[in-house]
Amino acid sequence: MAQQPGARGLVFNEPLIFEHGRKGRKGCDVPKSEFPETDPAATMPPALLRGPVEGLAEVSEPEAVRHFTRLSQWNYGVDSNFYPLGSCTMKYNPKVNEAAARLEGFAGLHPLQDASTAQGALRVMYDLERMLCEVVGMDAASLQPAAGAQGEFAGLLLIRAYHTEKGNPRKKVIIPDSGHGTNPASASLCDYATVTLPSGPDGMIDLALLEKEMDGETAALMLTNPNTLGMFEKNIKKVCDIVHAKGGLVYGDGANLNAVLGKARFGDMGIDVCHMNLHKTFSTPHGGGGPGSGPVLAKKFLEPYMPAPRVTLRDGRYDLDFNRPKSIGALNAFWGNFGVYLRAYAYVLTMGGAGLREASETAVLNANYILAKLRGAYHVPYEGTCMHECVLSDKFQQEHHVSTLDIAKGLIDRGFHPPTIYFPLIVKGAMMIEPTETESVETMDAFIAAMKEIAEVAKSDPESLAAAPVTAKVKRLDETQAARQPDLRYRR
Amino acid sequence: MRYIPLTPNEKTAMLAAIGVASVDDLFTAIPADVRFKGELNLPAPMGEQPLMAHLKELARQNRPATSAATFLGAGAYNHFIPSAVDQLISRSEFYTSYTPYQPEISQGTLQAIYEWQSYVCSLFNMEVANASMYDGASALAEAALMACRTARKEEIVMSNCIHPRWRQVTRSYTENRGITLKDTADHITGRSEAASLEKLITGDTAAVVVQSPNFFGNVEDLKAIGEMCRAKKVLFIVAVAEAASLGFLAPPGDFGADIVVGEGQSLGIPLSFGGPYAGMFATREKHMRQMPGRLCGRTVDRDGRPGFVLTLSAREQHIRREKATSNICSNQALCALTATIYLTLMGRQGFADMAKNCYYAAAELRRRMRPVHRHPFFNEMLVELNRPAADVNRRLAEQGIIGGYDVSRDYPEMTNKMLLAVTELTAKRDMDRLIEAVGA
Amino acid sequence: MEYPDGLSYTKDHEWALEEEGVVTIGITDYAQSELGDVVFVELPEEGTVIKAGEPFGVVESVKSVSDLYCPVSGEVLEVNHDLEGEPELVNSSCYDAGWMMKIAVSNKKELGELLSAEQYADYIKSLK
Repeated sequence: MAQQPGARGLVFNEPLIFEHGRKGRKGCDVPKSEFPETDPAATMPPALLRGPVEGLAEVSEPEAVRHFTRLSQWNYGVDSNFYPLGSCTMKYNPKVNEAAARLEGFAGLHPLQDASTAQGALRVMYDLERMLCEVVGMDAASLQPAAGAQGEFAGLLLIRAYHTEKGNPRKKVIIPDSGHGTNPASASLCDYATVTLPSGPDGMIDLALLEKEMDGETAALMLTNPNTLGMFEKNIKKVCDIVHAKGGLVYGDGANLNAVLGKARFGDMGIDVCHMNLHKTFSTPHGGGGPGSGPVLAKKFLEPYMPAPRVTLRDGRYDLDFNRPKSIGALNAFWGNFGVYLRAYAYVLTMGGAGLREASETAVLNANYILAKLRGAYHVPYEGTCMHECVLSDKFQQEHHVSTLDIAKGLIDRGFHPPTIYFPLIVKGAMMIEPTETESVETMDAFIAAMKEIAEVAKSDPESLAAAPVTAKVKRLDETQAARQPDLRYRR
Repeated sequence: MRYIPLTPNEKTAMLAAIGVASVDDLFTAIPADVRFKGELNLPAPMGEQPLMAHLKELARQNRPATSAATFLGAGAYNHFIPSAVDQLISRSEFYTSYTPYQPEISQGTLQAIYEWQSYVCSLFNMEVANASMYDGASALAEAALMACRTARKEEIVMSNCIHPRWRQVTRSYTENRGITLKDTADHITGRSEAASLEKLITGDTAAVVVQSPNFFGNVEDLKAIGEMCRAKKVLFIVAVAEAASLGFLAPPGDFGADIVVGEGQSLGIPLSFGGPYAGMFATREKHMRQMPGRLCGRTVDRDGRPGFVLTLSAREQHIRREKATSNICSNQALCALTATIYLTLMGRQGFADMAKNCYYAAAELRRRMRPVHRHPFFNEMLVELNRPAADVNRRLAEQGIIGGYDVSRDYPEMTNKMLLAVTELTAKRDMDRLIEAVGA
Repeated sequence: MEYPDGLSYTKDHEWALEEEGVVTIGITDYAQSELGDVVFVELPEEGTVIKAGEPFGVVESVKSVSDLYCPVSGEVLEVNHDLEGEPELVNSSCYDAGWMMKIAVSNKKELGELLSAEQYADYIKSLK
């Protein structure tokens, strides 16, 4: 068997920062002020003042650097190895994008500076909005939403504003049971009740059921296409027709956009509004949980409701337009995660139209390759070719009392990040594998070999998987204790 | 394409392994009538060299505050960032990892979140903090929602000395939920008096919200407002838009705040035209399960060794779906890490010294300008001008100075006034130039 | 799985025991085992009036959360405060120390509409 990439490195134990250092030690030199050091008690009651913040560290710069360097070594990133986390699109994060975001002309720009001093930044926003519209076939975009969930919220607010102007905001949003948890949570935030639509036996939207649920009080259908089973909704046009016939709108969750760049566009399918996750499809780094960027895009008739301000171009001059009487308002203090969407701008320019299509074609090829190679060793709950991710289950391994969780932890010992597990909820013991386009065939072959080996070990030595992982910094953690006796901060 | 490793030969072999003839065969699931047949109308692909040249040209069309004399604040502040901060967050194990769903191989991110939560508690003097929100404004909106959920009431009394944009965001988040926001009219005096807030409280009021220092840079009387809130049995929410003030002013937790939110941008995060920043969110232990956002907790592994996991997840959207405390999923983890590293380097004394230097600069500016209000302050103030702020700013721009914020944009009757901010980076010669230009 | 005789059951997996007009309520062995390690139980305030079939609280495990539905209508007399510090009692002793609340039943007839131990056991079998 080929050698697995996972191997032991030197892992340092490293206490909490609060257990480091000595009284009086410092990691910075604050220069003496150029201004008179007047006593603040002259302008305000002493009770309003505080001394040094107790609880902040007292360490030197080298200690601080070593502390965080050691912490970083306990992490697994895309730059470490394969990260096939389904629906998360953990593709390579290009380094030129990092360099772009650090140019002082961007990083040092205050959001409230006069537009005349921020023409380059405003042009990035203006051009990126148009490029993203082209990718999904929409007419207007706003870069303000800070993440996918805020993009969903913004999109549903557009829908609500549209219905409200027509006289009735309506009461419900229909969401297939394969949808992400953010969908119903975003619907609630807009005061819409969620109607859960059970998927049909083929994993697709059940048209008859949709027809039955869709009524004049339904504001929208929220769907993910390709869906979370990695399958394209083959009746998407009909689905949109059914919703539109009752005056509803269709919301497209762009979580799985990496499957269809240059291959299919939300706007052409009949979808009215969508968001995209720039931290998935457009290669910006996930940063250990964020920041993301979740632009909202819509057809022309929803443009008046878009978050304010809008970026405008008049007579060759870019500006921010706050005078938007129908706008759903503000979602962030400023204009969204500029540093993130600037990276996406660099990515789109790098790839071009042909490059984006190649990315999707390769992502789909890779997912199908993994599916073909693992079929047989693992149960495939929904057959057929997949899009950019494939869903397997632990049905065969359950016979040996080995679960998806054990398989995931076994992968860690073999040097791989596990796939998304136990999602979508409609597949028992689901493993959702999304390789993305940026992996070499050698890497995927090594992953496939590890998965097959685990399937064998599940039969011959299931206990070893129950004990996994053993090569990571820690073994399986007691999540029950963490939740029963929450310890959420350091106490001296 | 340098990001895509597969060679044509490899693709052919993979297609054979799948059992299809071409890549197109993998896309037959997309019905013909929705298949996109043309080419996306996008610029032609650019190599790294021309791309970088193009980006540098765009960057040159901006005049960044960091290389100018600047007096602009209003929710984003130009503070010093130690070099080690960017070096450390550039470790790709940090920035190329996902949310720590697999704790055994995410201990670095998790321990850093735990340290961040601890720091936020110390800065605010609160009991429990989350892993971050999008920014201060959305954190305030979530605080308002949480207060209504906790109190089972549907009204929030807000000082109108809170950052106007933060109030707008709060409105976007609450207005469809039947929550009423009641704004005071305190901007003339520049400070929210307990009495004016109290007047707006009814039996359906969940919470009172103030910002301190407020939008005009004035420090609120949190003690009096906190006591009033307790007497009226409503929750007390405090917002902090300038986190550097936490090294100088008594923390909101000292005055009985129930929820404290803040913008962490001042803690080592670049201005970056408005984001990404880091929303801070903290509350009391008794409200822990009503919090939005992720929480990291300390526990032990099978061998009894300490370790960290995401915990109390049953509050969140992936489990509680439509009943979740928030829809937030991705947060601003890397920005929270940035702030954690910054606070570690600045440390107990350095953070306090930095904050004092902000105050010294502000005290000097105040002596030399005409402040509109006479309240305690930290590093920002509203000053009186003899012309509209826009005119003054134009003149300042001609001299390469970025002037203050024109408050008449949000408070139309407040003409001939400007909101000026200083930090520890404000140079004396720049302040001299400002005063000369404004006075001229 | 144990479903003691003498208790009444709901299809939402709560049990009820009536003694002199006071009904004690908890969740069944099946429910606690499906949930896994219980980490938190949210219960109503004493004095709350609840209708049969309405949610009265929430039970959380590490990775799931379930609403609790009230088997009978009435006023909450007492809730089990021990569960605040020891939610694991729901797992270790679901019919005894892991009880959740006591209700002054307003309509005893509703008890007659609940399942017997035998009926509930058959119902569980039908789920599998």
